[in-house]
Amino acid sequence: MKFQEYFGETHNMVRQTIRKFVEREIKPFVDEWEEKGEFPEELYPKAGDAGILGIGYPEAYGGSGGDIFLKIAYIEELMRCGSAGVVAGLGSLDISIPPILAFGTEKQKSRFIPPVLKGDKIAALGITEPNAGSDVANIQTKAVLRGNHYVVNGSKMLITSGYRANQLTCAVRTGGEGYKGISLLIIESDTPGYSVSEKLRKMGWWASDTAQIFFDECQVPVENLLGKEGEGFSGIMENFQNERLQLSIMANMTAQLALEESLKYAKEREAFGRPLSGFQVTRHKLVDMATLVEASREFVYRVAAKIDAGENQVKEISMAKNFACMVSDKVTYDAVQIHGGFGYMREYLVERLYRDNRILSIGGGTQEIMKEIISKYILA
Amino acid sequence: MNILVCLKQVPDTETQIKVAPDSKSIVTDNIKWVMNPYDEYAVEEGLRLKEKFGGEVTIIGVGPTRVTESIRTALAMGADKGILVDDPALTGSDSLGIAKILAAVIKDLDYNLILCGKQGVDDDYGVVGSNLAELLGIPQISIVLKLEVSEDGSTVKAHREVEGGILVIEAPLPALITAQKGLNEPRYASLPGIMKAKKKPLDVKTISDLGLDAGQVGESGAKIKIMQITPPEERGAGKIVEGETPQEKAANLAKLLHEEAKII
Repeated sequence: MKFQEYFGETHNMVRQTIRKFVEREIKPFVDEWEEKGEFPEELYPKAGDAGILGIGYPEAYGGSGGDIFLKIAYIEELMRCGSAGVVAGLGSLDISIPPILAFGTEKQKSRFIPPVLKGDKIAALGITEPNAGSDVANIQTKAVLRGNHYVVNGSKMLITSGYRANQLTCAVRTGGEGYKGISLLIIESDTPGYSVSEKLRKMGWWASDTAQIFFDECQVPVENLLGKEGEGFSGIMENFQNERLQLSIMANMTAQLALEESLKYAKEREAFGRPLSGFQVTRHKLVDMATLVEASREFVYRVAAKIDAGENQVKEISMAKNFACMVSDKVTYDAVQIHGGFGYMREYLVERLYRDNRILSIGGGTQEIMKEIISKYILA
Repeated sequence: MNILVCLKQVPDTETQIKVAPDSKSIVTDNIKWVMNPYDEYAVEEGLRLKEKFGGEVTIIGVGPTRVTESIRTALAMGADKGILVDDPALTGSDSLGIAKILAAVIKDLDYNLILCGKQGVDDDYGVVGSNLAELLGIPQISIVLKLEVSEDGSTVKAHREVEGGILVIEAPLPALITAQKGLNEPRYASLPGIMKAKKKPLDVKTISDLGLDAGQVGESGAKIKIMQITPPEERGAGKIVEGETPQEKAANLAKLLHEEAKII
């Protein structure tokens, strides 16, 4: 190899395992799960047994190890199932476990991480509230220390895997106003006072369950506090870097799949006596799509390599996420356009890609929040 | 019970194959290489027998360095060690040449059973297994759907599908079996398995290590030669059968099938 490659033999072997897992355990059923609004819970232990859920986590807590590119290979191959909802559902652990790994005590780590990586328990992240999303410093859910317990009151909104989650890595207010009053608690779903709404009906990500979670005098043992009181905000902000990388990869794969579908369709579908690919206007559209996908993928890989090397990439990952989402917005739009009326039909993958794509520039920090972050760096 | 599994690496079955300008080979740029699917059944069967009887599963591959990835995949599934024969002189070997190389590797090993896929899905000759059994002078049962090894490990009973029924064949061990689709459902290489596989032994040998010389294998030793590879003919456009009524359309269809397609 004459140039620096991001993926090696191990990554390729892992890709093959995940591809087989997707072909055998997900693809044959995915349309059914999408319509039903959830995938079977058994998928978690199946993925856990194959070691897929543990990618990127230390072996000491039941993880499979591996660098950032192994995680990327995992997300890319899993996205090939065609349902970002399945990926988001299985992937909710990747936003809820990292704070435990970063701030948890030995006891918390060995209690809350291995069952999730095995697929026996489902983990979710609880930040967003009815009145606070991007404005994390303004969260209202209160936790008051009383003896050996925090008494939690409030609610969390739009929680991915929230309907089925057994444990929630949850932002609460233990102190006064502003970001300094925020802490992270692990709240288990069987805690008295913890309840869950019906599954929320969404534009996309149909196969993943999303819910509102309510806390009513919910008694959380004090040993479930992650780190120290008041350290929650910085923990949440750090965790966002993970999530933004994952969403960038999802955006790139959404665009990649839309491109592949469009290339196939343009060769098959005939209009005015020749295949769509026989028209310059279609060919050029496909070329623009392919160019954007290629550029976005290389950009995100580069940023990932720097993150893996321990460099501060807050500005760059925010740019990468916005760029990847801009690309996937354009490419999924054009993919539906190339498919014409059929692209509006549920039987065609591009219809789902178009819907599933919409959340990517909102979740994990909106496009506008990304721009605010970037502006602070470039105008400093 | 010591089991040897012979493994070939082939282009991923989803690859769009393009014929090279020389018309005798394929374009290998950008090909994704995977373990031959029939060999996956062989590996899986080997692992199941090891789980039942104990012993070791050894994977043997022939080909360039990239083949280590497929051998590692088999190690990640649970096999114990791998041997790769990698030598520039091997280029252009035919099936008999490959069987000679495998026989040279195997003659020094201690084994009870050899498992192969029934054929490589790339060139589809399907004869390496039988050639190898012949060279080793051991019994061979091909295209096997079900395999039973006797409790004392002395014989093997294999089920083969034949027209309208199942043929059950018995042979003393050591023997060679070739695997058919349906023999089992191969496991995935799990992530912990993949990580562990990095530390398992994988020996790389050249043909001189095996006491062979270049004239016996590779292009110079080949008994058969590929003259030409042609892609399948492109499908022509379809035809819409004209007619005002279903009856008329059926009549026109029958006429076309008779006069143009000449199949009725």
